[in-house]
Amino acid sequence: MTADRSLKPLAGASALALLAILAGGALLSLAIEAMGGRTEGFATFDSYLWRIARFTLVQALLSMLLSVALAVPLARALHAHPAFPGRAMILRLFALPLALPALVAVLGITSIYGRNGLLAATFRALGLDAIPDIYGLTGILIAHVFFNLPLATRLILSGLDSIPEDYWKLASQLGMNGWARFRLIEWPVIGRNLSGIAGLIFMLCITSFTIVLTLGGGPRATTLEVAIYQALHFDFDIARAVSLTLLQLCLTIAVLAVLGLSGRPAEEGFSLHTATRRFDRPPLGAKLLDGGLILFGLVFVGLPIAGTVVSGLAADLLRLLSERPVWQAILTSLILGASAAALSLIISLALVMAREYLANERRDAPPTLFERALDLGASLIMVVPPIVIGAGWFILSRHFVDPFSLAPIMVVSVNAAMAIPFAFRILRPSWDTAASRHNRLCAQLGIAGWNRLRLIDWPALARPLGVAFAFAMALSLGDLGTIALFGNNSIQTLPFLLLQRMGSYRTEDAAGLALILGFLCLLLMIIADRGASRLARTESGNNG
Amino acid sequence: MAKPSGPHASDGASIRLDAVGFDFGDMAMHFDLAIAPSSIAAIIGPSGSGKSTLLNLIAGFETAKSGRILIGGQDVTHAPPARRPVSMVFQDNNLFAHLDVAANVGLGRKPDLKLNNADRTAVSEAIRKVGLAGKEVRKPEALSGGERQRVAIARALVRNRPVLLLDEAFASLGPALRHEMLDLVGNLQEDTRMTIVMVTHHPEDALRLPSTLFYLEHGKIVASGPAKELLSDKRPSLLRKYLGVKDSDL
Repeated sequence: MTADRSLKPLAGASALALLAILAGGALLSLAIEAMGGRTEGFATFDSYLWRIARFTLVQALLSMLLSVALAVPLARALHAHPAFPGRAMILRLFALPLALPALVAVLGITSIYGRNGLLAATFRALGLDAIPDIYGLTGILIAHVFFNLPLATRLILSGLDSIPEDYWKLASQLGMNGWARFRLIEWPVIGRNLSGIAGLIFMLCITSFTIVLTLGGGPRATTLEVAIYQALHFDFDIARAVSLTLLQLCLTIAVLAVLGLSGRPAEEGFSLHTATRRFDRPPLGAKLLDGGLILFGLVFVGLPIAGTVVSGLAADLLRLLSERPVWQAILTSLILGASAAALSLIISLALVMAREYLANERRDAPPTLFERALDLGASLIMVVPPIVIGAGWFILSRHFVDPFSLAPIMVVSVNAAMAIPFAFRILRPSWDTAASRHNRLCAQLGIAGWNRLRLIDWPALARPLGVAFAFAMALSLGDLGTIALFGNNSIQTLPFLLLQRMGSYRTEDAAGLALILGFLCLLLMIIADRGASRLARTESGNNG
Repeated sequence: MAKPSGPHASDGASIRLDAVGFDFGDMAMHFDLAIAPSSIAAIIGPSGSGKSTLLNLIAGFETAKSGRILIGGQDVTHAPPARRPVSMVFQDNNLFAHLDVAANVGLGRKPDLKLNNADRTAVSEAIRKVGLAGKEVRKPEALSGGERQRVAIARALVRNRPVLLLDEAFASLGPALRHEMLDLVGNLQEDTRMTIVMVTHHPEDALRLPSTLFYLEHGKIVASGPAKELLSDKRPSLLRKYLGVKDSDL
């Protein structure tokens, strides 16, 4: 073997250092402020802080319970009826909310449940006096369930799909009734994944920013993330922001610690499920109940999406597209999104390559601290939420520069960090498989360095890189958190512009912009989805 | 539904497929066969010839497009699987991974696992008969491949149905173990007199037990008769091609 030293560990170390600076800088800044006495710290853990922390937890808990409680029967119903008309389409629809920026979904939900929405119009037509008011906890819960019910349903369904077909054959041969099937076959699988799924949803709802910002009803229905934003952006109350940020950090770490004990849900990937064949003939009552459940899910998820499209098309799209600020916002979003995606790919790839290299070198020895750090680095953003990084750097940088001038750098780096856990998970299996296939052959033939990257690794990596890029860019395009903190009149992304138009009650403009934004994100997600399913096919083809 | 009960209720039942048609993808299958009560039938044939489909039709996991299926003289063509006097053992996934041996066998008695004392006695008796006494509380993961299939057979025993279908049940076992399992099945058959239909891709399995052979090709039975004759030196040329190089193994 050649003795030339690989650059891979160095690349991995640099990537780690970059992430450490991003998160560490923010944490350091918070620590300095807290130590310097310029903060109320936790000394003033007053009723305001307590109320916000409590609301953050309560809304997350309720959102989680509602989503899971509805998802279990819905997933069962979808699984029990593999031939349900439009089943594949419903599952495809259920993948949509994941791809939809929160802001777009919020507009869709308002178009149904809002003061001037479909529901209000129906009430009026029926002569009812009730005007729905979704601002506050109700709206937050509707929006969170809109996002998480489909997610939970798909995760539970993929668990059910992992039950071998033979089990269903056996169940029908042994004559198990619906309850026995649930107890003996379905529940063991659902229950195994449920704590992980519930934890994931709880985490997503605790760190939910956009939905609470737009649907929350003033100080009574506010979460920590939104309170941090308001303290920095409107009140410029640094002391309060630091207290809030530290509280958010503690909360996240505490929840993650609990989650770590309960395990993660089985990974779902992007691909559409194939239906399992069931060998039972459910009685009519069960059929009707299941049909009703599926219909409810379809309407609940489908209506807001349809609302987005309908009210978006009603807007004057041509005029919107001819407006200079709109064009600039689209361009800014695309440039920042592409940069964030590129950065997250570079960092993820460095982590993946270094990790595999080290794992290969050590052979059967236990993994070194460095190798484990590479794995952990990829999920750093899970521990230190984007708003904490943003707030930390905002507070630190104001000593040296105008924080708002940092907007592009912060948006790109925080969005990149947000995409790393996903990019890492997309790239790692492809890289590891390719490496295990090629390492010995390349060593024997003396293919190394640039030549190996060009001839051997690139062909295997091109597609997963494309998938990860499209995914990361869609994530960044739809993100409002960082740009809301740092955004100003000189730099506006599409979600930021959208938020402004909503704020100034230009509802039609907002609907049009939402359609454009939703369309862009969806396009990227479809590209990612197509690529991912082709990836899965070629990989299984190569193995088979 | 009339559930067979009592120790001798499971005396074998005859099986008849009367001009049964079934479309499997592009292949139109057509089965005509009669299996005598308390006999052993071995189904062989190239892969894709419809061996497993034939068993699935008998068990009720597939429904015939035309024709009739009779078990013990009863028309079961459209009966759901649980209403057929049949037990089936698959190649794998016969056991629920989260239930122990006794519970997996107990399911054959009560599909909701609410077992009474008589059920429990029957379960431990069956576990003893398949040679797994003492392993009642083991989970499937702590069993070998052969032991898992023994549990599945024990479940078939407590179900006490007159027909046992083996769908390549021993295919993933080594030769010695496979022979051992066949002998076990043979002994149990002498005891219970149940009718056995087994799909196998080892023709010598058919010779190990006194069986009638059915040879399938393209979804049709093209040869049948006592295994000893069909697999002897005077075997029809039809089978020669399928058996091919395996001649010396026999």
